Amino acid sequence: MIVQYENIIIKTISRILIPFIQIYALYVIMHGHYSPGGGFQGGVILGASFILLVLAFGAEASQKRISLKKLTVLASLGLLIFSGIGLVALLMGGNYLDYGKLPLPLESIPKIRAMGILGIEIGVGIGVMAIMITIFLAIASYETEGKND
Amino acid sequence: MKIFQLLIVLLTGGLLIYGMEDLPGWGDPSSPPSIHVSPRYIEKTVEETGTPNMVTSVLADYRSYDTLGEATVIFTAGVACLLLLRKDAP
Repeated sequence: MIVQYENIIIKTISRILIPFIQIYALYVIMHGHYSPGGGFQGGVILGASFILLVLAFGAEASQKRISLKKLTVLASLGLLIFSGIGLVALLMGGNYLDYGKLPLPLESIPKIRAMGILGIEIGVGIGVMAIMITIFLAIASYETEGKND
Repeated sequence: MKIFQLLIVLLTGGLLIYGMEDLPGWGDPSSPPSIHVSPRYIEKTVEETGTPNMVTSVLADYRSYDTLGEATVIFTAGVACLLLLRKDAP
């Protein structure tokens, strides 16, 4: 496990930076329609903000906010949102991932398709974020466990 | 036996190089993808998907099945990391 490193500068700076990084990550996910970005990129930035949290405050202290169990659920949820949107389109009589058939109260098909794209971007973002943190935590906590053996 | 394997490798490589002859040249404007697919994406993206960013519309709408596969690959990588590195994997 990553132990807490007592340094007021690191803690204060990361406490100030993390909210801005997360807002920017959400912006990258939601603004993928109009500017470079999307689910993968935003998810990685969001994951990096949580990795910074773990690096600054230690895995023990941040266990309350991000535990491996929650992350596994989130990773599965992200993929479930993606494939679920495809399945809803299938159930409404379209092809798999044919967003035009989604039951949304919008007037035109392009707008519904744009919402479908946004939906899968959110799903990808959640999944990628959770997987990034999972891989980091799994690799970071491996060494000390090996030493204890 | 080693010679036999080397022969198979050389044969397969030779076939692949022979097949490469028929591929369109790099950036050839008269190749099938440049004639049909790319202009369709460029002209119809806003009209069909309501998304000004062409990259996003190709990635998440026209080729969304591919993106689903990519997301699954990342998910599998994470689960494999958990299973290999953690004894108490949830």
